Amino acid sequence: MVHECHATDRDGQGGPSPILKLAGVSKRFPGVTALEGIDFTLRAGEVHVLFGENGAGKSTLINIITGALSPSDGHMFLNGERVQLDSVYAAREAGISAVFQEFSLIPQLTVAENIFLGGEEEHSRFGLISGARIRKQARKLLDELGFSISVDRSVGHLARAEQQMVEIAKALRWWPSLLILDEPTASLTDHEAQRLYSLVEKLRERGAGIIYISHRMEEVRRLADRITVLRDGRHIATLDASNADEGQLVQLMTGRTIENIFPEIRHEPRAGKIECSGLTTRSNKIVEADIEAHEGEIVGLAGLVGSGKSEIIRAMFGASEVRSGSVHLRGEDITRLSINSRIRKGMFYVTADRRTEGMILMASARENIMLPALDLPHISTASLVWGKAERAMSQQLAQDVDLQPPNPEQQAAAFSGGNQQKIMLARAMVRGPSCFLFDEPTVGVDVGARSAIYKFIGGLCEAGAIVIIVSSELPEIIHLSHRAYVVNRARVQEELSGDELTESNIARHFIE
Amino acid sequence: MNHAVTSSQSRIQTAFEMLGRFAFRLFIRQGALPYLLVLAVITFTVVADNFLTADNIFNILRQSSFLVIVALGQMLTLLTGGFDLSVGAVIAVASVAAALAMQWAGASLAESALVVIVVGSLVAMIAGLSIGAVNGIGVSVFGVSPFIMTMGTASIGAGLALYMSGGSPVYGLPMEFSDTLGFGRLAGVSYPVLIMAFAAIVMFIVVHSTRFGRYLFATGGNIKAAQLSGIGTKRSLFFAYALCGLMAAIAGILLTARLDSGDPNIGQAFPLESIAACVIAGVSLRGGIGRVENVIMGAILIGIFKNGMNLSGVDSYMQLVVIGILLITAVIADQFRLKYIARAA
Repeated sequence: MVHECHATDRDGQGGPSPILKLAGVSKRFPGVTALEGIDFTLRAGEVHVLFGENGAGKSTLINIITGALSPSDGHMFLNGERVQLDSVYAAREAGISAVFQEFSLIPQLTVAENIFLGGEEEHSRFGLISGARIRKQARKLLDELGFSISVDRSVGHLARAEQQMVEIAKALRWWPSLLILDEPTASLTDHEAQRLYSLVEKLRERGAGIIYISHRMEEVRRLADRITVLRDGRHIATLDASNADEGQLVQLMTGRTIENIFPEIRHEPRAGKIECSGLTTRSNKIVEADIEAHEGEIVGLAGLVGSGKSEIIRAMFGASEVRSGSVHLRGEDITRLSINSRIRKGMFYVTADRRTEGMILMASARENIMLPALDLPHISTASLVWGKAERAMSQQLAQDVDLQPPNPEQQAAAFSGGNQQKIMLARAMVRGPSCFLFDEPTVGVDVGARSAIYKFIGGLCEAGAIVIIVSSELPEIIHLSHRAYVVNRARVQEELSGDELTESNIARHFIE
Repeated sequence: MNHAVTSSQSRIQTAFEMLGRFAFRLFIRQGALPYLLVLAVITFTVVADNFLTADNIFNILRQSSFLVIVALGQMLTLLTGGFDLSVGAVIAVASVAAALAMQWAGASLAESALVVIVVGSLVAMIAGLSIGAVNGIGVSVFGVSPFIMTMGTASIGAGLALYMSGGSPVYGLPMEFSDTLGFGRLAGVSYPVLIMAFAAIVMFIVVHSTRFGRYLFATGGNIKAAQLSGIGTKRSLFFAYALCGLMAAIAGILLTARLDSGDPNIGQAFPLESIAACVIAGVSLRGGIGRVENVIMGAILIGIFKNGMNLSGVDSYMQLVVIGILLITAVIADQFRLKYIARAA
């Protein structure tokens, strides 16, 4: 195990040569540039923290390093040698291992089986896996890491923190020369996190290079040797951890140039409002939330991914089960109503996850748009849908949201991400609702479509609708909303309005 | 001279190329179905003299009518992303229930054959609807996978049909039943074909022009998106399976009339053949895609194959082999087509 690490930190030229070097790496998806000309180095024996907002490009960068994505441009060097990793497997062969927030564990298998999944051949004889050997090796590894988990338990029965430990053990089973940790302490207790820190330090002493993603200042201060800040897919700065302070990092992380894409939106709040009080959902993703939003104002919900901010509006719409607390729309208790009844009362929720719960990709844009409105009296009579009225209405809505190409008969899958988002906006509009709940309304949308969407949302507010926007992008919160709540760790932490509504004020509540 | 030859050759070549491109585009748009139809018609016309005759074409339609009706019901469940393996058992139950009800009604209720037939048919339809409803409740309310749910009711149905009939055909049906629904004609068209045509028209409207139909597509297309749009997806699922049971029961009544007896052993081929008819017609097994007119053609295609093989003397056991190969070929062709479309998009 140890000799592998030695092999990687020898460089032959004297002076520490980087384990990993990225030169001008870019990644473009259709319609979106996720990374633009990134230069990045990782030295042997350093912890290099990646810092940036959601959508800054951290995940894309890591996916490129681990071979899950291939770069559109630029080169990658491992130990001075140019490489092209075309699969996660190739990256692992090259000594790169990653721990992601989404666990890659199989719940039905035991801890030991999960740790050695994909590596069984090293522990098998004549093609038969030796359970005893795997168990012994797993036990040894977990002991070395200081994790006290039984190797025979099935992973599905473990707590989230324990699953995280198994995931880490899995990444470490070959003592990789390059380890990537993506917010590894997000679900660990303080005690467990301390364990992890000393583990990371131990790996660093062995000469491994570690890329560490975190929003927590405490662990950045404790672990980081260098910090690289990404923003909007660009490399902003690389700092020595010793001379970086919190304020500077927040500024680097959020201080983007605001292109002129945000409209001025009048703020004329009226009496009618939606409010939730003491709202706790069954998933506990949100606890004791109190928020309200009035007609004629846009209220923002800011927070990192996983903070629970989406859960608030999902529960308001009836898409997440409420454990306790209540939701009132214009004074009426709607906590127990079905989604269908809430839609009839003028609410609509636009999901952040277009693919899994937004679009019906094989259907036409028209069918997608008209889905919630087929029971309107001028669209159908006694269940028979009037095709002509339906086409006319979808055509009109496509025009209203500026759908490109403006042909609602085209299959939804054939539209770009931005235009699929417009289809979802058109769907939200179709019953003329008065209370809109937007979950990341511009996710995966390019700048052009973005400004159209912002203008559209502004129009809804000025026409007197209640608008709540959940967003991980701070500029959206700052420039669109009149008032905002900051959500972190399943709770509403702070309410900001007027001059208090600044990026650094919000970001302060993100990082502890 | 030489020159002229090459130019006419090249002209032929371009004509072939254009034809090839047209054929490919047709395949991408419509799938393998039109090709299989043409292939089947040509092959059987060559092999069997009496294949392409007016009489035989009506024969094929009549023989296919049962499968068309079952496949139209099957399509509803496929659109929601499920399927129904119990259609065969429903046919058996409907057949036995209709026969027993007619026996009883004839003996103790009425002299009039019409009343007896109506009672028998109603009982059969209620039986089919009930099995379908049980499937629907299992899948929608309890979230049982359609595979397990309908396989379970298939066993229950088959068992009930055998138990009720004692394992052998039930005779003693009114003559008028088989004289009309079995062998009768109206304006020269046999009753099963008329009922098939009626069912096809109703299904076309239900699937493509009603809210219920749209909700089926939405439920199968993306169930979460449908729920967030306020659609009662459980309701859609329930009615898809209930109506599928009803359609199978109607086919069961027509088969009973044709056989002039209630038979607990009929229907076994229908689960496979009805799913095959839909899949060959381009109905997606993942839900959300399908057209009624194509499903009708898919069922008739299977009818053509069976009829053609009978006429050309293919062994009846080997026919099962051919139907299986047909299904798999069509699905492979469809995978290829979908991959091409995905790459082109």
